Amino acid sequence: MYKILRAEKLADKIYLMDVEAPRVAKSCQPGEFVIVKMDEVGERIPLTICDFDREKGTVTIVFQIVGASTYRMASLKAGDAFQDFVGPLGQPSEFVKDDLEEVKGRKYLFVAGGVGAAPVYPQVKWMKEHKIHADVIVGCKNKDLLILEKEMEAVAGSLYITTDDGSYVRKGMVTDVIQDLVEVQGKKYDVCVAIGPMIMMKFVCKLTKELGLPTIVSMNPIMVDGTGMCGACRLSVGGQVKFACVDGPEFDGHLVDFDQAMKRQQMYRTEEGRAMLRAQEGDTHHGGCGRCGGED
Amino acid sequence: MEMDVLKKVPVREQDPKVRATNFEEVCLGYDKEEAMREASRCLKCKNNARCVSGCPVAIDIPGFIKEVEAGDFEKAAQVIARSSALPAVCGRVCPQETQCEGKCVRGVKGEPISIGKLERFVADWSRENGFVPAKPKETNGKKVAVIGAGPAGLTCAGDLAKLGYEVTIFEALHEPGGVLTYGIPEFRLPKETVVRHEVENVKKLGVKIETNVIIGKSVTIDQLMEEEGFQAVFIGSGAGLPKFMGIPGENANGVFSANEYLTRNNLMKAFRDDYDTPIMGGKKVAVVGGGNVAMDAARTALRLGAQVHIVYRRSEAELPARVEEVHHAKEEGVVFDLLTNPVKILTDENDQVKGMVVRRMELGEPDASGRRRPVEVPGSDFTIDVDTVIMSLGTSPNPLISSTTEGLEINKWKCIVADEGSGKTTKEGVYAGGDAVTGAATVILAMEAGKAGAKGIDGYLSQR
Repeated sequence: MYKILRAEKLADKIYLMDVEAPRVAKSCQPGEFVIVKMDEVGERIPLTICDFDREKGTVTIVFQIVGASTYRMASLKAGDAFQDFVGPLGQPSEFVKDDLEEVKGRKYLFVAGGVGAAPVYPQVKWMKEHKIHADVIVGCKNKDLLILEKEMEAVAGSLYITTDDGSYVRKGMVTDVIQDLVEVQGKKYDVCVAIGPMIMMKFVCKLTKELGLPTIVSMNPIMVDGTGMCGACRLSVGGQVKFACVDGPEFDGHLVDFDQAMKRQQMYRTEEGRAMLRAQEGDTHHGGCGRCGGED
Repeated sequence: MEMDVLKKVPVREQDPKVRATNFEEVCLGYDKEEAMREASRCLKCKNNARCVSGCPVAIDIPGFIKEVEAGDFEKAAQVIARSSALPAVCGRVCPQETQCEGKCVRGVKGEPISIGKLERFVADWSRENGFVPAKPKETNGKKVAVIGAGPAGLTCAGDLAKLGYEVTIFEALHEPGGVLTYGIPEFRLPKETVVRHEVENVKKLGVKIETNVIIGKSVTIDQLMEEEGFQAVFIGSGAGLPKFMGIPGENANGVFSANEYLTRNNLMKAFRDDYDTPIMGGKKVAVVGGGNVAMDAARTALRLGAQVHIVYRRSEAELPARVEEVHHAKEEGVVFDLLTNPVKILTDENDQVKGMVVRRMELGEPDASGRRRPVEVPGSDFTIDVDTVIMSLGTSPNPLISSTTEGLEINKWKCIVADEGSGKTTKEGVYAGGDAVTGAATVILAMEAGKAGAKGIDGYLSQR
């Protein structure tokens, strides 16, 4: 069992937890992810690593409620435990493996959308630890959905926040901010790292392609085992089939077929909805899900 | 009752029509009387019994059958336990027809002894009667790490524990068993009663199992040896990477690897409503491939309510699956589209599978495998109406370990290079066996390699 030492609600449907997982904490790197399984009946849920403490042996995860398993996970408190917590999985971010001097010579722009702030944070923190000032854009629907603002501020060179509805700092999409920084303010970047909803990554990539700015994205498709066994997470990258779990999760965003990836992500939408109904309504559930027969 | 010594005592099975709608075990196994009657057909060959030579782990088959005939099932279990840690598994999934039973002298004139069913009976009897075949031995203080809790790893760990080693198995998934857990379906190999129980028996020998550890990621082999005090390592990580055909439409929604389809259902129990993991309930399913895994996927889809076709490019004679599995699949209503090969998967506007274009094949000259090579019939394309396609084309070893372990040589198929007799690899103290070395094969061959690895490691550590 993997004990939860801290559990916090960050925003509507978004939760943060510190979990005791010494093996993962000891070996994980920015860019990698974990898979958690809450209990016997839970799904294996891939989650990006938000932070880690090698000494304490803890890993910080952030997740959003999207289906039955995450809905049930949200009710866990400090002192509870996950039945399974495995990782790190996937490849570390490129800059971790690259020559440090070369990395220091590059100007990085991080773009986080919504819960994407969680996986972006350890990357920016890594930059800060290596004395690299990185610019960070964080975008979200509204002020209430902004997460990790203080943490991000502490590690970012410059932090630019934007909200879709203008309820905080500025109104607009992350792409508006990129355009503003590059085209209006004349900033030069060598690498962009964009992590967030697929639709956001798609549009960021469309823009950065025009700007000639190489862009790394982190894909979070449907997965089962996370070790290359099932192929559920396969994507088209530059016309080749890649498994996000072992070849990624980070890829050259200009080569990813986002349209296909977005369609694949919808595959279980109806099934998930049904499972959600069962999880929320429990014993009182009778009908409406199209499967239990309660409506007959 | 008069019995025909040339014929096997028939084994009871669930009715095909009934079992096609449930996940309960197909074969019900022998009861005591049936087992004793079947055992009485055995000629109890004394020296160099051919059945024993046909068994990869060399179980004393006439020895245990003699005890079954005498009704001493505990003794029979002890005889089997000397050679095998997983008798309830092997009794169910070994290809006996080409191994022990294939060599049985009784089989020359009549039907061979049902060795597999007898082994299964003894193992099930042991479980039901709380008989634990072996006790842990005093340890010799030497630590060995085993990677992967599948058939190779469990066997290797069990054998080493019996020799006194302190063994820890590291398993990447949340549940031990490897292919026994994620791959082979419930209706052939019950998880709770059979697999978990045999894993528990291995633990009773003193073997520790640490789940959720991915060697190469969570910790490397070098770290295990340098920081955690393991003096030797056995790699039994299997062949987990699925193959795809590379045809258009293969990334569409509704196309699965057999690994994914079976893992969702067996490991994650998607067929049960009380588990969260979903599975696509296709109505018309094509399973591409003709091996045991293809049969498992097809029969699973059938039980989930689909009409199922096996699409296989050669003819029935070349089907790599066991005859028993093909027979069961047919009985349950799986349709075989033989000499047929997929060309393209058709999709709708949501990228969901709506059909598959296939091509007729005919058999040409024998190829390298000795089987007649399938040759395309020009202009024979036609479309089959399916909403789900399951690719069951074989698997290859996962490069996670080989790519993170310096000095561990692999061949061009990404299989670890290891000595067949001892499992010795190119890295000192590291041994390997099973599918990780051979590529996808059978449970029993992996067990044989696990045994060889245990011997190899014992030889190595005894000299240090």
